[in-house]
Amino acid sequence: MKLDSKVPGGPIEEKWDQHRFDMKLVNPANKRKFSVIVVGTGLAGASAAASLAELGYEVKSFCFQDSPRRAHSIAAQGGINAAKNYPNDGDSIYRLFYDTVKGGDFRSREANVYRLAQVSNNIIDQCVAQGVPFAREYGGMLATRSFGGAQVSRTFYARGQTGQQLLLGAYGALNRQIRAGKVKMYPRTEMLDLVVVNGRARGIVVRDLVTGKIECHAAHAVLLATGGYSPVFYLSTNAMNCNVNAAFRAHKKGAAFANPCYTQIHPTCIPVHGERQSKLTLMSESLRNDGRVWVSKKVNDNRKPGEIPENERDYYLERKYPSFGNLAPRDVSSRSAKEVCDEGRGIGGGNAVYLDFKDAIARLGKDVIEARYGNLFEMYQRITDENPYEVPMRIFPAPHYTMGGLWVDYHLMSTIPGLHVLGEANFSDHGANRLGASALMQGLADGYFVIPYTLGHYLASTSLEEVNTSHPAFAEAEGAARDRLLKLLGIGGKRSSDEFHKKLGRILWEYCGLARSEEGLKKALQLIPELRGEFWEDVRVPGGIDEFNQSLEKANRVADFLEFAELLCYDALQRDESCGAHLRVEHQSDEGEAVRNDEEYAYVAAWEYKGPGERPELHKESLEFENVKLATRSYK
Amino acid sequence: MDVKLKIWRQKGPKEKGGFVSYEMKNVSPDQSFLEMLDDLNVKLTHEGEDPVAFDHDCREGICGMCSLVINGRPHGPMKETTTCQVHMRTYKDGDTITIEPFRARGFPIIKDLVIDRTSFDRILQAGGYVSVGTGSPQDANATPIHKDESDLAMDAAACIGCGACVASCPNASAMLFVAAKVSHLGLLPQGQLERKERVAKMVAQMDAEGFGACSNHTECEAVCPKGISIDFIAMLNRELSKSKLSGVS
Repeated sequence: MKLDSKVPGGPIEEKWDQHRFDMKLVNPANKRKFSVIVVGTGLAGASAAASLAELGYEVKSFCFQDSPRRAHSIAAQGGINAAKNYPNDGDSIYRLFYDTVKGGDFRSREANVYRLAQVSNNIIDQCVAQGVPFAREYGGMLATRSFGGAQVSRTFYARGQTGQQLLLGAYGALNRQIRAGKVKMYPRTEMLDLVVVNGRARGIVVRDLVTGKIECHAAHAVLLATGGYSPVFYLSTNAMNCNVNAAFRAHKKGAAFANPCYTQIHPTCIPVHGERQSKLTLMSESLRNDGRVWVSKKVNDNRKPGEIPENERDYYLERKYPSFGNLAPRDVSSRSAKEVCDEGRGIGGGNAVYLDFKDAIARLGKDVIEARYGNLFEMYQRITDENPYEVPMRIFPAPHYTMGGLWVDYHLMSTIPGLHVLGEANFSDHGANRLGASALMQGLADGYFVIPYTLGHYLASTSLEEVNTSHPAFAEAEGAARDRLLKLLGIGGKRSSDEFHKKLGRILWEYCGLARSEEGLKKALQLIPELRGEFWEDVRVPGGIDEFNQSLEKANRVADFLEFAELLCYDALQRDESCGAHLRVEHQSDEGEAVRNDEEYAYVAAWEYKGPGERPELHKESLEFENVKLATRSYK
Repeated sequence: MDVKLKIWRQKGPKEKGGFVSYEMKNVSPDQSFLEMLDDLNVKLTHEGEDPVAFDHDCREGICGMCSLVINGRPHGPMKETTTCQVHMRTYKDGDTITIEPFRARGFPIIKDLVIDRTSFDRILQAGGYVSVGTGSPQDANATPIHKDESDLAMDAAACIGCGACVASCPNASAMLFVAAKVSHLGLLPQGQLERKERVAKMVAQMDAEGFGACSNHTECEAVCPKGISIDFIAMLNRELSKSKLSGVS
């Protein structure tokens, strides 16, 4: 396997513009002769499907939800970054680029990040034109706020529902193309496998989740926009049905999986309350604009928050990082929370810290805080039964976003020609840690402004033979997918998939969560195959294959998580340094900061699948930094 | 605590359905309602029975995938709260809880508590968008929008498309859902050009899907998890009249 990033030459400011001219075009009249499959309808998938259909391609779009509008982008709360510099506070494309590279702890590809920063402004224009009701100032201009890891105010937002509003914009664009007959939409349809013909991605196998029918679809190119894999931890902020299946099946068919160990643990989530919990709820990072994070200075302090006087509180983020304060980046904030809780200074000695709005309410008034965060406060109260206007919120880090994903080149193409990967499902832009409000930016950049150009280049510069679903590769993939589902149904064991999923989550959280060690990872690599063995002997999946069967859907997803978890741990084990969200306890400073090893680890780890039970093979794409100077990341 | 559940079970769209009773013991008050149903499904799986099919995804009240009529009320007892955000502390030990699907001609049942809401997608496909292609529109700040107008548009745009409005309405009307989108786009300068055609097309599709008309019961507003006001239905009616008067059919 050869990793060619295909980053164009020239100065970084000119790469994308020059490359857009250098890439080949498909004649407008010929576009309708090309068919494209898009899997996933989140920000990346919906924007790509709509934009490609507008250009004239024949698009088929798939999602497992009952409507494309329900993809998990909908749940993003805080906002979307852009280098508009509307507040006149010193922002620029170069600064957004720099902040993102630094925020990712110098483990992302410079050229991709620069392009992301360049198109960020177009995204805001596009969304406003679609009717996205971003927050506005009294003068009618767009409002912005600050997010972690930046000292400028560049985050655009629509109350606490920015992801929802952006997705509804993209969904509207998709709906227009569905109505025009240019997109054929397949809701409640899940991808089971990728079909590769003569080394190129030419189709997919899917299951209609309503009837259970397994079908094949052929196309000239396949786009995966299938999101991240945080639910491998069982408890995460992701939706219950988010999964790694599509990406992992593509991996097994030859797509390299890059940096799976870069998993973001978000600092502000509602803490775990009990054994029977199914998911964790994120409280937007925007809350840290006004909320102050603190714990008691004493160990095992059981006093109520109001009884702990000011001089016995430790506002540890403000103390450790005076210039960024409560808006330190996510990895840094999460690690600090773990550190104080490990010292026994968490709330009541447990795993939680306070996020306190008392000072902000005193300074600005309750009305202002309510206008800014009202819906988040309500959500918090519904879940915890506590009123955050009166008592501080309790928060703790939780698995949230995954920076790792399928390896892609500058064209967003994986190591399988014709298979393109967009949004959270790819690995390219966030390095070892994603900054807040950058996920929405990347999803829409990929879908609206990158893939319409690079896919055209692929189709125009490749000679593709006619392939339809009668090709033997489709029958083979379909047969294998069906056999696997039948095998799951036939085990007839005693335990539900959920029970295995919970166990897997506990292993990963313990040994491959906020802090990782060689010893722990080796332990996990022993426990995971054992659990997988138990799963395939003792899982019970009720119902049949030719029917609506949520137990079968779930079992099929858990089965892949049980394989994928091992890949994640292999990656965490080989990366014998700390960087961004990946903290190896062997490599930290006296103050608990991540210590990178640029000489040996400034590379992308791309894993090649080598067969069932075999250790995957590591390939390295070395990261060249021509514009940003590698430095110790400091937010002090 | 212990609760008794009466759940609507129906094998498929054309099968006859009915209520089945289940006992749930040792329910934690901190569990969410759907986590309680997860436990029921683990129990049914252990017992070799078919688990209860229900739709859910984000479990934080924004995706609109969860539904359920709980004790006669869509999304359960709490104001402006989706089913996935209801917690068991709302109930008392010994309570009997009746769980049914959203019922409407426009929402056929797929299995148990799972319904088909693609009718909502088709209504939006009819015109619930601004017809702007991907490209280089004018700068986002080129057209100032009054904050009050923008905020009101956002109030309408907050709709999550769950269908509780339809499930609560004696006429199974989808007027609140349609009104939310028509108002969201109608209030913004970007939505003006297609305003008259949009409302006509969306209402025609709503009728074709078999949803009823509004007769001011206001149940929809009461159950809407996002608190969308029926004022928007008034706005929809006004938009439709203007559209008709201007000759759009």
